[in-house]
Amino acid sequence: MDKVSTIEGRAIPLGLKNVDTDVIIPAHWLKTVSREGLGKGAFETIREAPGNPFDVEDFAGAPILIAGDNFGCGSSREHAAWALLDLGIAAVIAPSFSDIFSGNAFKNGILTVELAQDQVDRLLEIAADHPIAIDLENQIVTTPFQDRFAFEVDPFRKHCLLEGLDEIGLTLERGAAIETHEQQRARALPWLDAPQRRDAA
Amino acid sequence: MASKPRTLYEKIWDAHVVERRDDGTCILYIDRHLVHEVTSPQAFEALRLAGRKVRRPDLTLAVPDHNLPTTPRTDAAGNRLPIKDPQSAAQLAALEANAPAFGIDYIDATAPEQGIVHVVGPEQGFSLPGATIVCGDSHTAAHGGIGALAFGIGTSEVEHVLATQTLQLRPSKSMEVRVEGELGPGVTPKDLILHIIGVIGTAGGTGHVIEYRGPVFERMSVEGRLTVCNMSIEGGARAGLIAPDETVFSYLEGRPYAPRGEAWDRAVAWWKMLHSDPDAVFDKTVVIDAAVVEPTVSWGTSPEDVVPVGGTVPAPESFADPSKQSAARKSLDYMDLEPGQRIEDIAIENVFIGSCTNSRIEDLRAAADVLKGRTKASNVRWAIVVPGSGLVKRQAEAEGLDQVFTAAGFEWREPGCSACLAMNPDKVPPGERCASTSNRNFVGRQGPGARTHLVSPAMAAAAAVTGRLADVRTLAPCQAVDA
Repeated sequence: MDKVSTIEGRAIPLGLKNVDTDVIIPAHWLKTVSREGLGKGAFETIREAPGNPFDVEDFAGAPILIAGDNFGCGSSREHAAWALLDLGIAAVIAPSFSDIFSGNAFKNGILTVELAQDQVDRLLEIAADHPIAIDLENQIVTTPFQDRFAFEVDPFRKHCLLEGLDEIGLTLERGAAIETHEQQRARALPWLDAPQRRDAA
Repeated sequence: MASKPRTLYEKIWDAHVVERRDDGTCILYIDRHLVHEVTSPQAFEALRLAGRKVRRPDLTLAVPDHNLPTTPRTDAAGNRLPIKDPQSAAQLAALEANAPAFGIDYIDATAPEQGIVHVVGPEQGFSLPGATIVCGDSHTAAHGGIGALAFGIGTSEVEHVLATQTLQLRPSKSMEVRVEGELGPGVTPKDLILHIIGVIGTAGGTGHVIEYRGPVFERMSVEGRLTVCNMSIEGGARAGLIAPDETVFSYLEGRPYAPRGEAWDRAVAWWKMLHSDPDAVFDKTVVIDAAVVEPTVSWGTSPEDVVPVGGTVPAPESFADPSKQSAARKSLDYMDLEPGQRIEDIAIENVFIGSCTNSRIEDLRAAADVLKGRTKASNVRWAIVVPGSGLVKRQAEAEGLDQVFTAAGFEWREPGCSACLAMNPDKVPPGERCASTSNRNFVGRQGPGARTHLVSPAMAAAAAVTGRLADVRTLAPCQAVDA
């Protein structure tokens, strides 16, 4: 995974609340066996409207998206994160995110930044004409107008993003602990191992 | 050290922690992994590229469901029919190849056991109480209905579980949804969960695992519990669960993958300990009075947009939150509804009975009870029933329910996810309404421009016969017909 440290540039001021994963990428785009090329379907229903923020020239290639509460609610489709990546989005700022989406975003190197609604409102206003910057190392969002908004980030996720670490590789290094757990589990909860399919009684 | 009282969620979590890091992140062991065709191809491909294998193929079960057509899958001679859409065919082919290549049990698209992954898991006894269960689908929460800790994961996590049989997670907070009193006649588990989501909102459970508690759930069938837990994600909670009891044990006993003999006895002994301790503390509690729950219908484009069927479409100004007001305006525009309009005056052109929320035998019986001796209204253009699995379909046919549905003007289909998310050819046309027993009324969910009203199976049947959203309790008792 690529290392993530500072993300700077224009931010698409979407602002909508409860943007669900069917809006981020509609289901008919999920019939793919690849992670690539989903940007074409990203926010399809929003982009049907003329003058939508995604098709404003100033925001072409913008690395940041600003949204309302509960961004990414709904389905577990990681295609939502892949679609954002394909659009060139490296970070999303919102007052809150759905749990599954924020996990999917992290696993694809997309930074999710939670800020209070008034701070998000301020950024939405600034983003119309100016760039903003997110500094992951120092956990701060800044604007050209001296705004400095600190944000929280899970320390493990921060470490993985800064170092570009592969989570599966990290877990596989704990193989011995997993094996020990499996042995204890086989003794304590033996029915959970190797379920054998039999004809129904 | 005296042990601290724990919630059901904490007990299951603790039993599965492989390692806990100082920052609170845990490596959590996964007991059961269900795999389907849409969210797995990229995970298998990544394993292949990294030269990794599946750690525990024995704990993994694959079944296609999301994009399969629900029209017949074999010809009269029993030969498999090709899938017309090349992309859907490629996804199915990928799963068919990946499962045996990685040593995973696979239920074929034409097997009688095939069905929606969240119907198949409990039905096959693959899902068990107290187990950690994951699947690349957010409605995995359903399996909480048998007392499992079950949640949806993304494709990178699917890959992580395939490779390590674990996930790296931080524990969620715990939330109690306590329902007091009894549901009124004609009010179903679907109405209850729609009502709950209306109360807590779609972000109400974010960061939490919900435990549903109260006498209503103790008396509820396993099918009803699966319906309730299924929609936990619509309330923002990644998982929802109900303490397992005798109802669950007798449902599971003898099912194909369930333990037997001595293993069964040991399992039941452990399952009986799986309940929240009396003094356990929840981070959040919501109390619901069952008596106020009416047959419930969604009016907007978020599952929190619900009203009793006897109510009216709300005015956007009636919401305190300005962003909710603007969302409601957009919803009403998309749904082509006016504030103050009576819900029962909303005409519908389509009816969908199916999905992992409501496609089990009890759901089909409830709908058939309403439809017996009746036919769909003339303005209802398309009405389909998509059983949750081949076994549900066979059971329904044995009971003659298929005859009731077809006599009422419904199409009787093969199992799958179907018009719930419209990945396969089953779609609601643009601008048309659908009374749907599924779980999401998002913009475009049932097809571009489609307008979804979420309802229970009995209410979907009532909508079919009246041609509008209607209170099933006010339909005159129908004539009994020998099925």
